[in-house]
Amino acid sequence: MAVSSSSFLSTASLTNSKSNISFASSVSPSIRSVVFRSSIPPSSHRRVMTVRSKIREIFMPALSSTMTEGKIVSWIKTEGEKLAKGESVVVVESDKADMDVETFYDGYLAAIVVGEGETAPVGAAIGLLAETEAEIEEAKTKAASKSSAAEAVVPSPPPVTSSPAPAIAQPTPVTAASDGPRKTVATPYAKKLAKQHKVDIGSIAGTGPFGRVTATDVETAAGIAPSKSSVAPPPPPPPPAAVNGKATTTNLPPLLPDSSIVPFTAMQSAVSKNMIESLSVPTFRVGYPVNTDALDALYEKVKPKGVTMTALLAKAAGMALAQHPVVNASCKDGKSFSYNSNINVAVAVAINGGLITPVLQDADKLDLYLLSQKWKELVGKARSKQLQPHEYTSGTFTLSNLGMFGVDRFDAILPPGQGAIMAVGASKPTVVADKDGFFSVKNRMVVNVTADHRIVYGADLAAFLQTFAKIIENPDSLTL
Amino acid sequence: MQSAMTLSFSQTSSFTRPNHVLGSTASVFSTPKNLRFCGLRREAFGFSPSNQLSFRSNQIRTQSSGLQVSASASSNGNGNGAPPKSFDYDLIIIGAGVGGHGAALHAVEKGLKTAIIEGDVVGGTCVNRGCVPSKALLAVSGRMRELQNEHHMKSFGLQVSAAGYDRQGVADHANNLATKIRNNLTNSMKALGVDILTGFGSVLGPQKVKYGKDNIITAKNIIIATGSVPFVPKGIEVDGKTVITSDHALKLESVPDWIAIVGSGYIGLEFSDVYTALGSEVTFIEALDQLMPGFDPEISKLAQRVLINPRKIDYHTGVFASKITPAKDGKPVLIELTDAKTKEPKDTLEVDAALIATGRAPFTNGLGLENVNVVTQRGFIPVDERMRVIDGNGTLVPNLYCIGDANGKLMLAHAASAQGISVVEQVSGRDHVLNHLSIPAACFTHPEISMVGLTEPQAKEKGEKEGFKVSVAKTSFKANTKALAENEGEGIAKMIYRPDNGEILGVHIFGLHAADLIHEASNAIALGTRIQDIKLAVHAHPTLSEVLDELFKAAKVEGHASTGQEMQR
Repeated sequence: MAVSSSSFLSTASLTNSKSNISFASSVSPSIRSVVFRSSIPPSSHRRVMTVRSKIREIFMPALSSTMTEGKIVSWIKTEGEKLAKGESVVVVESDKADMDVETFYDGYLAAIVVGEGETAPVGAAIGLLAETEAEIEEAKTKAASKSSAAEAVVPSPPPVTSSPAPAIAQPTPVTAASDGPRKTVATPYAKKLAKQHKVDIGSIAGTGPFGRVTATDVETAAGIAPSKSSVAPPPPPPPPAAVNGKATTTNLPPLLPDSSIVPFTAMQSAVSKNMIESLSVPTFRVGYPVNTDALDALYEKVKPKGVTMTALLAKAAGMALAQHPVVNASCKDGKSFSYNSNINVAVAVAINGGLITPVLQDADKLDLYLLSQKWKELVGKARSKQLQPHEYTSGTFTLSNLGMFGVDRFDAILPPGQGAIMAVGASKPTVVADKDGFFSVKNRMVVNVTADHRIVYGADLAAFLQTFAKIIENPDSLTL
Repeated sequence: MQSAMTLSFSQTSSFTRPNHVLGSTASVFSTPKNLRFCGLRREAFGFSPSNQLSFRSNQIRTQSSGLQVSASASSNGNGNGAPPKSFDYDLIIIGAGVGGHGAALHAVEKGLKTAIIEGDVVGGTCVNRGCVPSKALLAVSGRMRELQNEHHMKSFGLQVSAAGYDRQGVADHANNLATKIRNNLTNSMKALGVDILTGFGSVLGPQKVKYGKDNIITAKNIIIATGSVPFVPKGIEVDGKTVITSDHALKLESVPDWIAIVGSGYIGLEFSDVYTALGSEVTFIEALDQLMPGFDPEISKLAQRVLINPRKIDYHTGVFASKITPAKDGKPVLIELTDAKTKEPKDTLEVDAALIATGRAPFTNGLGLENVNVVTQRGFIPVDERMRVIDGNGTLVPNLYCIGDANGKLMLAHAASAQGISVVEQVSGRDHVLNHLSIPAACFTHPEISMVGLTEPQAKEKGEKEGFKVSVAKTSFKANTKALAENEGEGIAKMIYRPDNGEILGVHIFGLHAADLIHEASNAIALGTRIQDIKLAVHAHPTLSEVLDELFKAAKVEGHASTGQEMQR
């Protein structure tokens, strides 16, 4: 390590002349160097310490969007050395590259909290910066107390999965011989995914061979669609014929003459898989009629400004969800509610021969115009198959609208990993009687919500729909 | 010779590291003359051009009259050497691998009557169970990888629907390639009039060899080129189905869902590339603290980011696989991991298969070495820098040479061949010492890794010891037009050199076609070309070779373009 670190210093120094961090991968933006600012410590429990004196903390910077922790390759400066603003202090290795981290302040490197070769999560203090020489000692004592605390923070290298799992959750017959508490066995890719999606691998019941946790298990637990169609993981090729030979011989009726078999595209396979998976979720449905006269009037008004009906409905759903967080939650493990911090409304779109659900993120917070703009962008991307995974997998609630085809009501299947989906029918003139018995003709549409009954109960859904209907019927709040 | 160390580190990393590596390292540094290129360079100059030309003409001539040549060769040999008794051959080579083949071809060119003894199949490890079939598998894996990378395809504007493969078809491709190359090798020797003798060969006494049951022949000089076999550490039970070596893996009889690869050297890395491309998940088990320990640290780190981290691979470093039990009775393959330092049991793994890629052990048993008083060192046959075999008393055994994996100097096919040619040069009256530092090595992952000469830490250590400055120049594939056209901008080239005189100490490349690119650097080292001279050479545009062009131009040499005198120094 000592040797290699010196060689990396030279890499760093070379970066100025040549694009040497090419290894950061061609996809990632080429960040050359990173400046840390210590004025706003990201974790609140440390703030107390920082404010007290002019000793600043040096934080582990986030060098890439996917970086969760970084390793200190080497400290360029030693303890007690004077630092000038803009000077490189430490070389940090992220998941993508090694980068120099510069100081944003003049001062002295008072103490190193995380040593070379050690790892710290993004945002953790890795060193202390004193403004004057006199404060170095003070900082050092602080560091001493911190480093003991820091040790707890430093995450251990990739989980070696030795946590004993309950022996009950072993559906495979292979492990008949009960040799004491079995440890969780997870495949390399499963571990990688678990780390990426922050899933505790010990809590997943493995369905792979010998009860091991596979990538699919992790994806199911994380509530995401197996990312067959996404860019990163190549689809696993068919196993050797000898293995699956017997599995395919089921008693299906023979094909009629002149019939043809068209294999699924990747997208269709993903849909098929998701639909099968959805069968494991106990769902129920609640329908609700909503008057749309006011909404239609509003739509006519804002249409010239580029606002779409999709944006109006997504916004209304988002606002209603904000008041009923349980409908925006999901049940990932069958044991708990996972309340989502954002309201991301996925909207189902038919794309030549397939189906995709681009996600309007923060639908409750963005205004109508931004949402409409965003939606246009997403649809364009979806058509050209350029959606990034986070743009179609991050939904927390789904909206499906078949009203434009004249469908008056329908029933949607709840996608795995979400708590509820709303099926919107066409709005059409309907004869309605009010409470005094007077008839009138009003535009009315029926929405039908399918929800996961493990977390969303009938009353929850009814209350949510009531709120939704109120928003649609008094749509002024949508434009606020 | 540095590469020798590199190689042994990487291949034998898990278990056999200690003695063998230290041994070869020691030999590198205890014979510092070998490290200077000056003495060798003149020879290299005189040797290579003429050799190339005469070799070709010889080949053409012998095709028309093969017998005549060998006849004249033998009479020629008898007249020259004038030994007390007559010999059946001028040169007998035991082992028809790439090393023996190279030696045989060169011997014929030098007019020696030559026989080659093979107890198994012509071509040896490289052709039948090594470099050759693995290249076939890697060619497949490279294409799979590309076709599966939708993002990559899309950036070309290409649309590919789900790529799949037929395992048997892939396996057949590897097997067919091996057969084809084996036939080429056999035919080339037959055409030149080399006698191919079938049977297990052993040394009976000075200048006397036995092969098959009881055929005894004599020769003025004998070359042992028996190569190596996969090394399997004790505690590991190889069943050929779920616990396998490279010999089995190359037949690709199955593609397990999850395979553990013990050892992260060349062999392990290449197989990880193949298996992950075919859909397996891989777990590396490496005894040293870092993956890819034999490579330049910077290269191995960058390579890890590209070849390991984004793929379905995890790893355990600093651990031995102390016990591996094949899958049976409905249980998976069990691997017990032991901490390399504390020797404490650390973990157990359950996988579908395990590939043992802990390096290779010399194949020298039953060679009759005791008849000439030679004692092997951990199986390797001790030799001096001219490949002359050293006996148990430390004295040279006359007329007996050992080349290739069996001597362990540098376990690479082309090194064996080069050693063989060097020996033939010597026995035909021209002294020759091979410069191992100019022998390139390559790992055919996607992208490829290649290297020649010293790594940066080795060069720095040498510089400190001998009092010269060491500089490093680097270029990126990202700046290369051809690489960008291929959408393969990932990669770097790195050169370690002396800024005072422009001597190239080592070059390491990681990137598209690195294995082909290295030769400009290895030739420069072999011929002693200095940076200030080679930087003026012209490279076609746009080609990948411009990566090296830029590398040479990026170096800052204090001296100016050398004159003839400087070259002589």
